[in-house]
Amino acid sequence: MNIQTTNRLTVAEAALVEAYNEQLSDLPGDGAVFAARDRLLDDLKTGGLPTRRIETWHYTDLKSLLRNVPARDRRAVAEATAPLVAGSEVLVVRQGVADLRSNVDAFEIRRYAESLIDGSAAAGLTALDFDDAIGRINGSFVRDGFVLDIPADAELKAPIELQVSHGAGQVHTRFPVNFGAGSKATVIERHRAVSENAAFVSTISDIALHDGAEITWIIFQSQGEFDTHLGQIRVNLGKDAKLRLFVINAGGKLVRQEIQISVTGEGADLTLRGINLLGGDTHTDVTLNLGHNVPHTTSTEIVRNVVFDRAKGVFQGMIRVAPDAQKTDARMACNTLLMTDDGEFAVKPELEIFADDVQCGHGATVADIDDNHLYYLMARGIPESKARAMLVNAFVDEIVEELEDEALVEALEDVIATWLEKHA
Amino acid sequence: MLEIRNLHARIAEDGTEIIRGLNLTVKAGEVAAIMGPNGSGKSTLSYVLSGREDYEVTEGDILYNGESILELDAAERAAKGLFLAFQYPVEIPGVATMQFLKVAMNEQRKARGEDELTTPDFMRRVKEAAAKLQINTEMLKRPLNVGFSGGEKKRAEILQMALLEPSLCILDETDSGLDIDALKIVADGVNALRSPDRAVIVITHYQRLLEYIVPDSVHVLYKGQVIKSGGKELALELESNGYADIIDAAA
Repeated sequence: MNIQTTNRLTVAEAALVEAYNEQLSDLPGDGAVFAARDRLLDDLKTGGLPTRRIETWHYTDLKSLLRNVPARDRRAVAEATAPLVAGSEVLVVRQGVADLRSNVDAFEIRRYAESLIDGSAAAGLTALDFDDAIGRINGSFVRDGFVLDIPADAELKAPIELQVSHGAGQVHTRFPVNFGAGSKATVIERHRAVSENAAFVSTISDIALHDGAEITWIIFQSQGEFDTHLGQIRVNLGKDAKLRLFVINAGGKLVRQEIQISVTGEGADLTLRGINLLGGDTHTDVTLNLGHNVPHTTSTEIVRNVVFDRAKGVFQGMIRVAPDAQKTDARMACNTLLMTDDGEFAVKPELEIFADDVQCGHGATVADIDDNHLYYLMARGIPESKARAMLVNAFVDEIVEELEDEALVEALEDVIATWLEKHA
Repeated sequence: MLEIRNLHARIAEDGTEIIRGLNLTVKAGEVAAIMGPNGSGKSTLSYVLSGREDYEVTEGDILYNGESILELDAAERAAKGLFLAFQYPVEIPGVATMQFLKVAMNEQRKARGEDELTTPDFMRRVKEAAAKLQINTEMLKRPLNVGFSGGEKKRAEILQMALLEPSLCILDETDSGLDIDALKIVADGVNALRSPDRAVIVITHYQRLLEYIVPDSVHVLYKGQVIKSGGKELALELESNGYADIIDAAA
């Protein structure tokens, strides 16, 4: 006989179970999809939300941090806004519902809800591992999103903006994107709140870069100050594929962004850059799980954090190098600017290396603003608050400028400047 | 323009007193040289005047145009027209030089109730001033002072001074690390700013710079006090005899 440990449900867990029962009648999906949903929810119910005893959640004890989950709000509305970069192809998800425009020529597009209904989405409704709480939550509740297929050798001039806006309640989206061999594109995945009402958001982007694809993917999260945001990006990097992944967190009350990357083609390269702008009484976690699984692949990771008020941040960076993944070159750095005594940032870099001919390194720094820099700017007549903002800006701007695309750089610089004006 | 009265100042962190009862008056239009051996308090004096927070004034006062500036922070002093050209300008990665110049000029204008400069007007001023100092505008595209040679840093300081048009300029060992050609360019830049309503304090170890920026008065600083003042001939005397005689005479 199996010994069953029963999980006593927390308020948030109970709310999730109730939300599932309440939404059961109108969640999209065929039999296979519902079998997957049921399984994921059941695992969530028996296992509960992860606690600090689960290693990958040690610094983000979701069970205690997630106090409650708002019910789905059927009346909430969320209007779209202008794209981050003018001229982008904007694909809008309003309050969890994808708004499909018919006039996109450059690539194939369909609503994710359709693949739930016809069952083609069922295979993707999985948890990556026993600790994949985001996979479980999103798989249980996901309703819509976009499925994109970028044809081989397509070169998209304008960025694609996946604009996910919400007013309140719950929003669960998914974006499976296939980048054909040799394709080139920039995608901006943007999550935004249009109201201050609390929301519970989960989202998974599931992307594959085929041979030689060169993709820039931006995740720009600017949720409201009472919102929970659970994001995950699953990436498969094929032969000679190049991914520049840029994550910027500038909002939310409780945020976890997971980056799950599997490098499966020789010559593949990952450039990961992250900026966490943290203020107020918030908790933000960026967790990377990167597998260099084949020989001759490279990656660099730089995460820069600015912490104001009583904010807490976490960066976990796991790089695994498989036994035959010789000549892997991976470099990771995490730099934090702590602006107050009450702010916190936890950094956990991890290297698991099973090959013997590799170059891997990691480093972390934590500092305050350099007084010499501050004094120099002030001695030229720049008031202290402005001088501080300039220096914080300089700290994060270094990695924004690497993006090179001028319109994108300017747009992100504006995001950062606006955030700093409000919080610094 | 500047009157320093019985000034005592110490390092905030450990309480070491560096300036010990210093008196000095500099009039509008005057170029005053401050000389002294290592450790006499020259650089500390420049920091205290500029409002660096690492130093505390424990006694005395600094009057600038008749008003005490002790309560003003570095930015407020700069906006009132005080400028310190640093001995060691810091490198600030991530802050673009042009952006820094524009913010500094406009913040000072704002503090004085003037309109901000338009971008074309700003660009024109920078180009003109840079040309006079033989500064390559490519250099100004780099982050502030980052990768500048010693000479370039000093020229960039004088460029800032020319653009900000201060009424009291303090040059802290601007000659250190300069070759003779760069020294002449920098000195010409400073001389161009000489005017009846502007005062300049030149802090230096050596007479050499004073051949190019000829002072109206020379003051010898030792152990945090002015122990002797005189005309430009005092600098020559120091150059040939060293500080020992004057220190002995003052003791």
